[in-house]
This record gives sequence, C-alpha cells and structure tokens, in this order.
Amino acid sequence: MSDIALSAAMTLARSRHRRLLWLGVAVLVLAGAGVLSVSLGTRDVDWRDIVAGATGTTDTLARAVVAVRVPRTVMAALAGAALGLAGAVMQGVTRNPLADPGILGVNAGAAMAVVIGMAWFGMATLTGYIWAAIAGAALTAAFVYAIGSVGRGGATPLKLALAGTATMVATSSFTTAIILPRNDIAGGVQAWQVGGVGGASFDVIAPCLPFLAVGAALSLMSARSLNLLALGDDAAAALGARVAWARAGAALGAVLLCGAATAACGPLIFVGLVVPHLCRLLVGADYRWLLPFSALLGAALLIGTDVLARLLARPSELDVGIVTAFVGAPVFIWIVRQRRVREL
Amino acid sequence: MSAALDTLARDIARQRRRRSARRLRLGLLMGALLLGTVALTLSVGHTITPPGQVLRALAGDDLPGVSFAVRELRLPRAVLSILAGLSFGLGGVAFQIMLRNPLASPDIIGISIGSSAAAVLAITAFGLTGMAVSLLAVLSGLGVAAAIYLLSFRNGVAGARLILVGIAIAAMLQSVIAYALARAPSWTLQDALRWLTGSVNGATLPQALPLLVSLTVFGALLLACRRDLEAMRLGDDTAAALGVSLTRARATIMLGAVGMIAVATAVTGPIAFTAFLSGPIAMRLAGPGRSPVLMAGLVGAALVLIGDFIGQQMLPARYPVGIVTGALGAPFLVYLIVRANRTGAF
Repeated sequence: MSDIALSAAMTLARSRHRRLLWLGVAVLVLAGAGVLSVSLGTRDVDWRDIVAGATGTTDTLARAVVAVRVPRTVMAALAGAALGLAGAVMQGVTRNPLADPGILGVNAGAAMAVVIGMAWFGMATLTGYIWAAIAGAALTAAFVYAIGSVGRGGATPLKLALAGTATMVATSSFTTAIILPRNDIAGGVQAWQVGGVGGASFDVIAPCLPFLAVGAALSLMSARSLNLLALGDDAAAALGARVAWARAGAALGAVLLCGAATAACGPLIFVGLVVPHLCRLLVGADYRWLLPFSALLGAALLIGTDVLARLLARPSELDVGIVTAFVGAPVFIWIVRQRRVREL
Repeated sequence: MSAALDTLARDIARQRRRRSARRLRLGLLMGALLLGTVALTLSVGHTITPPGQVLRALAGDDLPGVSFAVRELRLPRAVLSILAGLSFGLGGVAFQIMLRNPLASPDIIGISIGSSAAAVLAITAFGLTGMAVSLLAVLSGLGVAAAIYLLSFRNGVAGARLILVGIAIAAMLQSVIAYALARAPSWTLQDALRWLTGSVNGATLPQALPLLVSLTVFGALLLACRRDLEAMRLGDDTAAALGVSLTRARATIMLGAVGMIAVATAVTGPIAFTAFLSGPIAMRLAGPGRSPVLMAGLVGAALVLIGDFIGQQMLPARYPVGIVTGALGAPFLVYLIVRANRTGAF
C-alpha cells in the first residue's frame, strides 16, 4: 500500500519536475522570440543600434527602426498571450478540442461590432473599439454556443464548428454590406481585417491593458473549475463546482481577452487553437498548468510568426494574420484526423 | 380479390397522375417565376422601361436611351445571373446528394473559395485577365477539392471529417483573399469585393460564353451520372449493390460539380450560399422520391436573379447579389443546423 503511495508521489514529483523544466524552456523561448523580434526585420541593424534603440534612443534611422519594433513586439506578446489563454479557456468551457476564438466566429463578431461602431456611431477611439469588440465577442459567443448546443449530444465539435462558420459567413456578409457604401472607411477596415501588429505603439497598447488584465485574472482563476468541468457537468456538480457560474466566469474572461486582442490587432485565427494543444502535449491536461503555459507559448508563437511574416516577404512585409492561418490550418486538420468520427 | 387489386391499381394510377400533375404545375410555376424576374430585370433600372419598348429594343430597334440600357446593361446581367445560378445550383446539389449532407455544399466546405482565391491572386498579383483566370480558377478549384478529399481520407471519407477539413482549408484561403485584397490598389476595391461575396455588376455578354461552355460540358457529365446520383441517395452500400461503381461515379460527379462551380466562381465570384440554398429548397419543392437536380439548377437561377434585383433596386444602397444571398442564407443555415440537430442527422 505504502509502495503504491510512494510510487504515486514519485510520479507526481517527476511530472512536477518535468513541468518546471518546460516552464523554464517556455520562458526562454519567449525571451528568445522577443530578442529576435526586436533585432530582425526588413532593415538590417547591428547590435549596438539594437541596444540603443531598445532603450529609447532614436537619433539614427537604425535606432529609430528598433524603437518601432519594441511596441510591436509587446503588442504581439500581449495579443498572443490573450488568444492562447482564451483558446485554452474556450476548449475547457465547451469541452471541445476544436474550440478557437477564430473558428467559433467570436473574433469575426467582435470585428463586425467594431465596423458597426466606426460606420454608424462615428467611433474613432481605441477604447470605443475595445468596448464594441467585447460586446460583439460576447454576443457572438453566446449565439454560437446556443445554436451549437441545441439538440441531442449537446455542443459537439462538428456542430460548434458549423455554427461558428455559419456565423462567420453571416457577419462577414453584414460587414461588407456596411462598408460597401462607405469608401471613406473601407480601406482602413480592410487592412485591419487581415489581422496584424504592424502599426502598434504604446498609445494603442495602454487602453487594452485593463481589459486584458481583468480577462487574464478571470481566466486564470477559473483553472480549478475547468479541471472539474473536464470530468463532465454531473461529476463537476457532485464535486462541488457551481457549473453554470464557473462556465460564465471563465467565458467572460475569454471574451474580454478576445475582444481586447481583436480591437487592437484585428481578427486573428487559429492562435487559440494551436497553442493549447501544443501545451497539452508538454504539460498535460491540468488547467492550473495549461492556462499559464498557453499564455506564455501564445505570446512566443505570435511574436515568432510576426518575425516570420517580416522576413518571408522582404523587403515588404506579410501580415501576421495570414501566417497564423497557414500555421494553424494544418494543426486543425491534424487534430481532426487524430480522432474517431464518433467524437467529432 | 381481383376487385381489391383493381382498386389498388386505380389508386396507384391516380396518385401517379396527381404527382406528375404537381410536377408539371411546379415546373410551370418555376418557369413563370424565372420569366417574371427576367422581365423585371430587363425593364427596371434607373428608369422603368415599358415592356413594349423592352421587346423592341431586344428585337434590335434603336430607341434612344432604351436600347443601350436594355441590351448592354440589363440583358447581360440577366443572362449571367441565370447561367451562374444554374451552375451553382447544379453543382451544389450534386455535392449535397453525393455526401448525403445538406451542409456539405461547396461554398461551406471550401471548394468555391479555392477558385476565388486563385482568381484573386491571378488578378491582383499576376495581372491576368479573361480565359486565363477562368482556367486557373477551375484548376485550383479541382486541386482544392482533391486536397480536401485526400486529407479527410482515413479508412474511407466520413462526412464529418470532410466538412471540418474543408472548414480549415476555407479559413486558410479566406486569409489569402483578405491579404491579396488589402494589398490591391484601393480603386479596385469594388471590383475586389466581388471575390468576397460575388456579384454580377458590370456583366457583359462575352462573359457568358465560358459559363455556357462549362454548363454544356460539365452539365452533360452530371446528367450522365444522374442515375448513379439517384442510387447514392440511398447510401453508398445500397448504391454499390445496385451496380454503381462508386469510385468512378464519385470522381465523375466531383469533376462535373467542381468544374461547373469553379467556372461560375471565376466569372461572378462565389455568390454566397447559392449552392448551399438551392438543393434543400429544391428537395422541398420536388417532394420525396424525385430527383431534385434539375429543380436545384432552376432554384439557383431564381435565387441569383431575385437576389440581384433586391440588391440593386429595393435597398437604400446598391449591393452586389452575394450580400443579399449571404444575408438570406445565414438564417437558413442556422435553421438547418437546429433542425438537423433535433433529428440527429449528423
């Protein structure tokens, strides 16, 4: 008996060691991505300029270029962390391996709300966009989940994905209908809809911070209840979780994160899908580890894809949105192929 | 005994007569609807042209102000709408029947988007025009369809996996289109939106030629497979037992449907949800047991014509047809998901 307890304790200790190891690796990867993001780009600069520019000196062109890359890197880190965390929370709340703020149409809904705000209410401040995006994200998330969970079997991955796609087609149709007669905002909206962190500055980042902070806090606090929800609603209730409240709190956190990230960067797809799956391979399914890990690796992934986007199309740049789509779609297909049809 | 058989025979005969009468009525009704909408499209524009003048303009008379509007603006529009609608309707219903899932239409599982991504890239990045764009769109439509099919192949193709893989591919290609459009010069925006939602704005009669060719070639292919398609409605096993060579039939049907849809997409853009809506509406109209293929083509044509008329004449601003069909289609898709969920269809 004590042998079993001992071996269980040893397994636990070993998995704890492994997780701490991966945590260190993740932090290193993130730091490395950040350094790369500040030093690589369309223009080659040497390391003295990098140090000077990163500390705020802008007296030469090379240093000014580096100084522009700093807020861009911070933006990518924040948006990536937000989307990775939101994706992990959504996969937990819906108990659905394919949940992603992009696939479920939540980001598209946020985008439509921002476009409506621009076109009909003359909204021009970022705080306005953020509130609009959060409202849009919340409405769309509720709508998609409601449609996807009607009928027998509850919210299966296939039903949710189809409901999300349908909603995405509908919102993009309405978004186009809104911008079509308004050539004045059309160009800006179109550039924003691809999704990118190109024009980021600290003025853009600052208003997002409170929303991101509250969203992250709500999400991280729901880790324990997400663990319980993973056992199924009945078991979670039996173990003392207040299922409806746990879901609502976690979902609110995810919506805040998606809304703020979408308002700042435009709708990015697949980040929230890829990151939690990768993290599950590394640290297992315990949400207390999974959530912070998803945030860390999400930040690293988006910074990395942004660097890639800058380097792939030199001397021009790609938008990070197109690169995440190309990185994410194969992972999505891989997940779909891994599972038996019954589970889909 | 024989008296009972007699009544039975008479009963069956009566039911058959009633059903064929219903089919005739339905066909006539669809024809009248199409004719009526064509007449509306031809006579209503900036100004309303009386029917007499429309007919004279079509016959070749030169009426100042009327001939140009009718012959150069409105007629190509109507022709293109009908041909594109037919293509989308036929291609869409072929997919829906083959995969036995109304949601597995080409515009949801990423096949039309393969064509439109190729067309957008061809136009904005390589500056191609005309036939080259159509050809490229067809080829990449076929390529994307084949890729989706192969990627979802694992101990056979399951409908659910095919749909999900299609959704992923569609999301990927959508971002290519958005990127290409954002990079294109801003004066091409109106033109570019065609590739996002589909439109028949600026239609010319020569554009109808590739559509006509593809409808004849690929349509003949589909019609040749109509019996196989009918058998496949009963399930793959039953179809195989009835003597359908499944692999060959599937390949032929996919070639026909994808070709038709790709050519239409290359000309008008992916008119949102037309392929998806036509099949289920046609099935409801045609009733059980009848092949809905031809009816779906007619419904598609009617959808595009009516959608275009609504978008041009009945809304505060002028919208391309794809926006109207997209807005109409979204609630219908939601309804279909909710209904399919209740009956546990997938």
